[in-house]
Amino acid sequence: MTNEKLQQIAETNVAERKEYDYELNVCMALGCISQHSDRLKAALIEEVARSGKRCHVRQTGCIGPCAVGPLVAVSPTGTLYGNVQETDVEAVVASLGGEPVKRLETHLQHYFEGQQAIVLENSGQIDPEKIDEFIGRNGYQALMQTITQMASQHVIEQISKSGLRGRGGGGYPTGLKWGTVAKAVGTQKFVICNGDEGDPGAFMDRSVLESNPQRVIEGMAIAAYAVGADKGFIYVRAEYPLAISRLTVALREARRGGFLGNNICGTKFAFDMEIRIGAGAFVCGEETALIASIEGLRGQPRPRPPYPAFAGLWGAPTLINNVETFANVAPILRKGPEYFAGIGTAKSKGTKVFALTGKIANTGLIEVPMGMTLRQIIFEIGGGIPAGHKFKAVQTGGPSGGCIPEQHLDLPVSYESLIGMGSMMGSGGMIVMDDTSCMVNVARFFMEFCMTESCGKCTPCRAGTAQMFNLLTKICDCEASHADLDLLIDLCDVVKNTSLCGLGMTAPNPVLSTLRYFKNEYLEHIENRHCPAGVCASSRKPAIQRMVTA
Amino acid sequence: MQAYPLPPLPSDDKRWKIVNGTMRRHGYARNALIETLHTAQSSFGYVDEVAIRFVARSLHVPLSQAYGVVTFYHHFSLKPAGKHTCTVCLGTACYIKGSDKLLAEAETHLGIKPGETTPDGNISLMTARCVGACGRAPVVLEDNELIGLMQPAQLVQKLEIWAAND
Repeated sequence: MTNEKLQQIAETNVAERKEYDYELNVCMALGCISQHSDRLKAALIEEVARSGKRCHVRQTGCIGPCAVGPLVAVSPTGTLYGNVQETDVEAVVASLGGEPVKRLETHLQHYFEGQQAIVLENSGQIDPEKIDEFIGRNGYQALMQTITQMASQHVIEQISKSGLRGRGGGGYPTGLKWGTVAKAVGTQKFVICNGDEGDPGAFMDRSVLESNPQRVIEGMAIAAYAVGADKGFIYVRAEYPLAISRLTVALREARRGGFLGNNICGTKFAFDMEIRIGAGAFVCGEETALIASIEGLRGQPRPRPPYPAFAGLWGAPTLINNVETFANVAPILRKGPEYFAGIGTAKSKGTKVFALTGKIANTGLIEVPMGMTLRQIIFEIGGGIPAGHKFKAVQTGGPSGGCIPEQHLDLPVSYESLIGMGSMMGSGGMIVMDDTSCMVNVARFFMEFCMTESCGKCTPCRAGTAQMFNLLTKICDCEASHADLDLLIDLCDVVKNTSLCGLGMTAPNPVLSTLRYFKNEYLEHIENRHCPAGVCASSRKPAIQRMVTA
Repeated sequence: MQAYPLPPLPSDDKRWKIVNGTMRRHGYARNALIETLHTAQSSFGYVDEVAIRFVARSLHVPLSQAYGVVTFYHHFSLKPAGKHTCTVCLGTACYIKGSDKLLAEAETHLGIKPGETTPDGNISLMTARCVGACGRAPVVLEDNELIGLMQPAQLVQKLEIWAAND
């Protein structure tokens, strides 16, 4: 692959696109496929052939608003149809070149207005299984430019200058991490992409892998060049079969195109990668546990230091970044670090992808600049709380995060501000809760999660989460006393400060944050033996607990 | 290349060749343990003692380690599943939208607990930790087909259809 050839593929692809008068982009990410958008696409292809119109029907990745799927986007008019059924194909195809079909049109101006796409810039526009379409939209330009014109040190400088921070939740500066691995001594180095998106209620990594897998591969290849690695692994959850299959296709195409393998882009640089499929263990999202899992062992974390940057996979220096972090790399190098650093807040640069779910009108995938307020995200983009209910809290950061109440909604979203509110950025799940949710019950839900997902290596986490779960159950059953609450608070402190890895250290967060903002609900359960939201009383022993005791 | 003799395939079943193929592709390296178990799980639907022993011997991994890995990860099951599988997602978004009620409904209807199979071997009831379709919560996987915005009545209807076609 040479620069000229890359240009040529891109030009051919652009020319091919121009042969059509219209394009129908059918969302084929998991959310829409669950509503049979695959059959819809087949029906559209048939109908287009019958009509004789010059229209291209394309499968794309996630378009965004899962709530109104299956989605069909019409290009060039930009109309977005929602809830499209197979019976609607005739109307949709007939409307091409005329008035749009009124009853199918979505009215989501607010949903898209506040967003800014960097990671998702091609999502919903290209076919994730066709590398040419990715190249046609500047794909692999950054890789080509990097390895033919830039020294590895310079690449790291650019990433540092952009201010990119780890998108997996920790927020460690990416440039610094790359620099550490580059400086680490070792003949063999590895690059690992962490796609073990274990946070329940989050699906950003799945969407990125399903919508634009080549972008992640490109980012990993650039990282490998920068740190001097020649082998990579991409670790994806087994629960995401569609992402795995798209990624498998993408890897095959990237190898065929000469973007992986030996002599990439005609240089001496060699890099290849393998997919590793997770086997359902939340703790494998922790980097040392993930490394153990790739080595074929139980996914149990080990103490750090030594950090993986010095001694990771098989003892070799290893760079681990999240899917979204790698997806940010190519645009930074293509558009320049200044562009990226110009977005966001003082310490949190760029954009962040969030999965908006729960009791909110427009559930779906969004990408917003850092620094946007939670209120804007929930009430403008998300469209607020449906069915006349009242907002109660938004949960960010998964089982490691916390619940943020109404009074803090005007704070801008950044790594620091969320930690200040007792939560954390996490990988980007935002679960909105209304007045029908009991916060004690939610805390108990997360504790149950941490208890069953604890790997069992260190005692504070293994035993502590079980004790905290029992105490929370007691409170939910309206059988607890003030002493139980004090004990719970004590335990939070112990587990937080003495656990080995992030899972245990952050397991008390949901309890601490709900105690901080919703202590009255705890007290109501204890003093008045009553659940204000009416959740706990009606189902005194929810199914989830029976499952655990079984 | 392994410096020890490989164990014979446990039976004539062609699926063992698929399992063996995965190990060969990884050069019988020990780190292929999880990958191989994945192949066994997807070929047979479960990983039993025969499979664990075979894989452990082939890869020269202590049996205790192989058994430890199988029981550590939720994805591997030691027992065969029923003819149909109903998996209720218990991710946060699904939980907030009432997946606990869905699970309770399925439990009462089938008379079994999550992780169990009906006595006639027809339906297995499972739970998932989040399948990533939170935008359509609550979701249920019916024989690996994902259904969003699930209602208890709709779920029971499906379970009845499965039971009737047994």
